[in-house]
Amino acid sequence: MAQVLSLHDAVAEHVRDGDTIAMEGFTHLIPFAAGHEIIRQKRKRLTLIRMTPDLIYDQMIGMGCAEKLVFSWGGNPGVGSTHRIRDAIENGWPNALAIEEHSHAGMANAYEAGAANLPFAAFRGYIGVDLPKVNPRIKSITCPYTGEFLATVPAIRPDVGIVHALRADRDGNVLLEGITGCQKEVVLAAKRSIVTVEEIVDDLRTTSYNSIVLPHWTITAIACVPGGAHPSYAQGYYKRDNSFYIAWDKISRERDSFLAWMKDNVLDKDASAFAVHAKKQA
Amino acid sequence: MSASFTPNEMMTIAAARALKSTDVCFVGIGAPSAACNLARLTHAPGVTLIYESGTIATKPNVLPLSIGDGELCETALTTVSVPEMFRYWLQGGRITIGFIGGAQIDRFANINTTVVGDYHKPKVRLPGGGGAPEIATNCGEIFITMAMGKRAFVDRLPFITSMGHGPTGVERQKLGVRSQGPTKLITDLCVLEPDAATNEMTVVSIHPGVTREAIQENCGWPIRFSAHVVETPAPTEEELRVLRDIQERTRRAHAA
Repeated sequence: MAQVLSLHDAVAEHVRDGDTIAMEGFTHLIPFAAGHEIIRQKRKRLTLIRMTPDLIYDQMIGMGCAEKLVFSWGGNPGVGSTHRIRDAIENGWPNALAIEEHSHAGMANAYEAGAANLPFAAFRGYIGVDLPKVNPRIKSITCPYTGEFLATVPAIRPDVGIVHALRADRDGNVLLEGITGCQKEVVLAAKRSIVTVEEIVDDLRTTSYNSIVLPHWTITAIACVPGGAHPSYAQGYYKRDNSFYIAWDKISRERDSFLAWMKDNVLDKDASAFAVHAKKQA
Repeated sequence: MSASFTPNEMMTIAAARALKSTDVCFVGIGAPSAACNLARLTHAPGVTLIYESGTIATKPNVLPLSIGDGELCETALTTVSVPEMFRYWLQGGRITIGFIGGAQIDRFANINTTVVGDYHKPKVRLPGGGGAPEIATNCGEIFITMAMGKRAFVDRLPFITSMGHGPTGVERQKLGVRSQGPTKLITDLCVLEPDAATNEMTVVSIHPGVTREAIQENCGWPIRFSAHVVETPAPTEEELRVLRDIQERTRRAHAA
């Protein structure tokens, strides 16, 4: 049964130093407010899992929350580098960062295996490439029926899965629509889950019988944070702030300008700062 | 009569021409995305564009900055989850063309987007593979578009992120991969295709006003020219107008 908490209390109660955390949302519905709350509560030594680390992990890694990153594509989409992640990998600032690198197909399969309560996933991938040489967790298996050689990756079973969704009802059932990435898989694969939502409503107003609804008994905690996916977006609520993704390149390029931005916009604020982005589209 | 155009416009237009209305195309972000949408808005209105965010048969009015902009979902026939995209649609063999870019490429069209220098002590850490390693082997064939330059077209890759025809041109077949791999490489100076005997990417078409010397100067290996090199037809007024229109719409949308 999902507990409705403030974002502060949800993170305080369910995210611990040293945890393995997956915060998903494939471009859409990235849980930025939750990332900022983890930064404010100064969580350390986290293993951060995400297909596309995006700006959210650039910020968390730059603020020293992580000791390891598991990922499959680490850039600022359409813009360039995630400079804080590069600084951590190339120069160990603010601390050394171990990496475990996969392809998108590898991670998507690993999340699905986690949700399915399987130990690993098998798929047709990593053929003729160098990644398996530098990531010993990528292995292979021979199909017992056809003899085909298939790649394998271990299931992802995070301590905490964190996603942002469109809305929850009063019972704590959660609705996801639009680009849904791996969010369903992350919640079902995780030991504990936190879902931030745009609003809590009497009726979920699903637009189709096939919309993704996560039943309340699959979720640990729900926090209502309008605008909580900004500068990512929430379909039907607000658009992706592409101009911020472009501006982040300059903000994050130098350590000083990054730290100044984080102080003004994260450390000196709370989750209510996201509300300004929640203005509904017509 | 043709208007004046930039090398980048020529590249995008030549890349767009490679697509047909009947293709089902997995679209990489950046240069491939511009080319694929130009094709859709000109000679290939029926082309099915698929982005790895799960959007199938999408028809964006502006070019997306990321592979998951809301525009892609709103204009798609349907949107599926990311595990479904990679398992049922890509691995399932439903996609005829994978259209990708890269940071570095070698003569057999293997691509590096992972790292320059040693993997564990990188000189430059690049974004990594994303969807490319599996796109490269699970699509029917691969088109690549990249601007030429000595740092991009290299004699030896520090890391193979996605396989073209393999380090010596034969590994793809030896590994039993049945898809064709890279069949076209469209650059800002010329178009290359694999040699029938060796799989080495070979210049088959040179863009208007470009010399063979300029192509060689921007390539890190002794580049081969086909015995029957032709000149790439210059962009038409229509191609340039549609391309510039969508780029202007895109610029205004992302600056908002």
